[in-house]
Amino acid sequence: MPSYDAIVIGGGTNGLAAAGRLAKAGQKVLLLEGRAALGGGAELSHLINVLDDRVEKELQLAKHGLSYADDNVSTTALSPNGEHFVFGGSFGETLSGVSAAEAKAWSELRARLVAHAATLKPFKQMTPPRLAQKVGNDLVSLAKLGLGLRMRGKDALQDFLRLLLINVFDVLDDELTDDRLKGLIAHDTVLGAVMGPRSPNSLLLLLNRIAGGALKYPKGGVASVTVAMSKAITALGVEMRTGTPVKSLVIENDKVVGVIIGEERIDAKRVISAINPQTTFMKLVGPRHLDVGFVRKVEAIRMRGSVAKLNLTLKAAPDFRGANLRSRLVIAPSSKAVEEQFNFIKYSEFSPEPVMEIVLPSAFEGGAHRLSATVQFAPTAPEGGWGKAKPQFLKAIMKQLELYAPGIGKLVTDTELLTPEDIENQYGLIGGNWHHGELAVERMLFLRPFGGMAQYETPIRGLYLGGAGAHPGGGISGAAGWNAANHILKEKRG
Amino acid sequence: MTTYDAIIAGGGHNGLVAACYLARAGLKVVVVEKNEWVGGAAVSRSLHRGFTYSNCSYVSSLFRPEIMRDLELPKHGLQVLPYEGGAVLKEDGGYLGMFRDHDANRREFARHSPRDAEAYDRYARDVLRHCRFIRPLLMRTPPDPASFKPRDLQELLFIGKKFMGLTEHERYEMIRFWTMSISDFLDEYFESKVIKAYLAVSAIIGTALGPMSPGSAYVLLHHYMGDVDGNIGAWGFARGGMGSITKALAASFQAAGGEIRAGKAIERVLVKDGRAVGVVLEGGDDLYGKRVVSNMDVKRTFLKCVEEKELPQPFLKAVRNFKIRGSSGKLNIALDGLPTFKALPKGAPNIRGDLHFTDSIERMERAYDDWKAGHFSRDPFQDVMIPTTIDPTMAPPGKHFMSCFVQYAPPKIEGREWTDADRDAFGKTCLHQIEKYAPGFKKLVLHVEVRTPRELEKEVGLTEGNIFQGELTFDQLLFNRPVPGAAQYRSPIKDLWMCGSSTHPGGGVMGAPGRNAAAEILRDLKTPLPMSEPYAVL
Repeated sequence: MPSYDAIVIGGGTNGLAAAGRLAKAGQKVLLLEGRAALGGGAELSHLINVLDDRVEKELQLAKHGLSYADDNVSTTALSPNGEHFVFGGSFGETLSGVSAAEAKAWSELRARLVAHAATLKPFKQMTPPRLAQKVGNDLVSLAKLGLGLRMRGKDALQDFLRLLLINVFDVLDDELTDDRLKGLIAHDTVLGAVMGPRSPNSLLLLLNRIAGGALKYPKGGVASVTVAMSKAITALGVEMRTGTPVKSLVIENDKVVGVIIGEERIDAKRVISAINPQTTFMKLVGPRHLDVGFVRKVEAIRMRGSVAKLNLTLKAAPDFRGANLRSRLVIAPSSKAVEEQFNFIKYSEFSPEPVMEIVLPSAFEGGAHRLSATVQFAPTAPEGGWGKAKPQFLKAIMKQLELYAPGIGKLVTDTELLTPEDIENQYGLIGGNWHHGELAVERMLFLRPFGGMAQYETPIRGLYLGGAGAHPGGGISGAAGWNAANHILKEKRG
Repeated sequence: MTTYDAIIAGGGHNGLVAACYLARAGLKVVVVEKNEWVGGAAVSRSLHRGFTYSNCSYVSSLFRPEIMRDLELPKHGLQVLPYEGGAVLKEDGGYLGMFRDHDANRREFARHSPRDAEAYDRYARDVLRHCRFIRPLLMRTPPDPASFKPRDLQELLFIGKKFMGLTEHERYEMIRFWTMSISDFLDEYFESKVIKAYLAVSAIIGTALGPMSPGSAYVLLHHYMGDVDGNIGAWGFARGGMGSITKALAASFQAAGGEIRAGKAIERVLVKDGRAVGVVLEGGDDLYGKRVVSNMDVKRTFLKCVEEKELPQPFLKAVRNFKIRGSSGKLNIALDGLPTFKALPKGAPNIRGDLHFTDSIERMERAYDDWKAGHFSRDPFQDVMIPTTIDPTMAPPGKHFMSCFVQYAPPKIEGREWTDADRDAFGKTCLHQIEKYAPGFKKLVLHVEVRTPRELEKEVGLTEGNIFQGELTFDQLLFNRPVPGAAQYRSPIKDLWMCGSSTHPGGGVMGAPGRNAAAEILRDLKTPLPMSEPYAVL
């Protein structure tokens, strides 16, 4: 029976990244994916913006077929009366359709936010430090970061400390006046989160997003990222099996020695789980190998969803009141509106006038007319269940779309709406949350998924977390998987 | 023409505390106050014959015991009586009671959820640990993290050392607690809706946050940091109303040689060559002093009482962006007798404590949603107390004073000023809610004073009616309060100081900002802060 240096469970972006990193270092890696296809939750995305540069460069994804139809996608904040404004690439480096004064105010705010995001960016690519002494923290890197912040000057430091835990709504009201601009920034801040723009700690999510870089449309859609990664790691010698869900882990004396798939047992020195942490510990490991306090902490990880995915097939290109379709189209009329729609999810209700982000693939590379939308806010479990609520929510979404693109209803030939429940069932994203655990400051960095277990290691020796449930969270990134693999490789050397 | 050593602008409790310390240190001090009475929002007013209302703040807990001792307030008449428990009256006719006795409390919790009764001890222990960490920081000037001055580095080191004194696990728990919502925090311990609703109350008092807002768990901590007679987290009534605190402060101040000028509003601070040299009073008189110490909130001080040209533009911008949105209202009611709350058993002691009708966090959050939309809450949260069940001095025999503190009431109704009609509608909503739980209550009402943010601003001088002189979120706390770079009681203008709740550690009737400001002033004068015997801080 063959045995491996490492088995990676989960063939989403993070699993592929972890497998690739380990293979690059010469390890014999087996990747197991339960679904028929690789990619996991990446299927739900229509653009990328946080793809880890280490993944892209060191796996040579360009060589393996990844190229971009647009590597700096603009955003159009739609208006129901045609007064759209266009937010140029790289987080609004250019702006058109707003007053000169507003453009100036935006440029100043943008500069501050971009600088603060740059301060935080290095954290994404490191193992989170432990808040303890003599535990192998990368103190040199941490000291560099701290010094870097201080060297930005007194004003920048003060601004950073004030903005770190602030809510985005107040910052927008303080600096800007245009409702559409405020609405767009507010929408982008809380995308994928169970927060509203008025929630304290929300600005940090925006900084996290800005640190990702420009929005990109890959040729062939986001699926081509998965395809390129799959080709790259196969070339590095990674073995992959799809349609192969892992039943459980084989654990002896608190150490993982292998996995069980079907009737088969496969041994490995290490196992990296890139799937949901709750699934990992409660199903694959099993509570009997874990102490009660630990189990309680795992169960307490919040996994509420907030996003629904809409896929429409259309007879022809829709008309969003003259907006340029080769753009990310956003419906979020104001920050107040985003907050109002957010209110509903607090009570497990869906938003009656949802905000959403729309991409029309045919506008980027031709082909059949489709509409892909990420819609907020959709609760994990509405009162009465999604069976009852789904058609009502779809109606609300189509009503909103009709307002911004009159006549679109008549163009629809096929509709698919994935609620958080569907997303959980199809992708294993518990609650429908695409980060495998809500991304909020109390669950970030050394608190992700919880304090004391944020360094990719688990209480089971040889078992590591390498998915979005670990630092730095999800998105089509691969950072968590790459970081986990790096951590393992450092261990071996040390 | 007298030149005072210090002019205290505003006679609220922090101004009086600062004044007392400075007078005791030998300075010649005058307190200037626009109302005919001192006390700010810690006052007892007689608005209906025979009755005394604590018509703004209504309970005491946070007032620092060190300050009470240093300024000899009990000698000058202050007595705080702990109150007993309380209850949440449920919509279904039941109730959750709170009791002074720990075991009685446990049994009552167990009646609703045995699991929660078990969890309560763990919860109390964890919150207490957070209290213990924060309390020593209340009476210390915040460090300036952007400064390399020895005292700031020392202070950062002090805080760092405290943090490292915790175990690794405790450090994570602390950071989580400071950043979470009270709703999420309570969900990690409790299952019962009504228990969570009761415990969440302190997290929303005076805030522009809902119980589901991140950062609300900190606000709860802010309200737990006090004590009564050494019982951390306990609350009590000042005998004779909250005005007794400020009356005692005024008496202590005058006993130390201080002067009070009431009924005189300040038009502006006199600034000459970049230095504060006095104040101009409405009606013309000028007062001169070596320094001016403002008890007014930061916006009122710098946007109304200082000429724009005297201040740096970045500072002015930061002050304009300081968040001070009021969210609270108050009803002060004279009652002809004790109301009967039908959910409470006859003779239950809970009527001597705080009574609430909001039996779920969801209802509290919906009340907050109304505030965000620019309305007062249709189903408001009320913190109802009847101090006369313990303190008979506030009403004639057999009659009662009832205080209702209400969340939420916005600073403006849909962007426009409150009208009398709005105020009356708000009052009606609150009274109607009480009547639901105490049938016949309305017939007992002899007099009602309804206060919204409008009244709080007009009468007390609290900008936008915010009871804390500024919201309590991290972007405005510690070294960020009121604005980064001016968080050590000094302002950009030489000899113009700040001593009110707009400064660290924030609001509540605490006295710490006033004391800390006095300490800084005396520090510059190389004079020690006059204190009583060293007091062991827990």
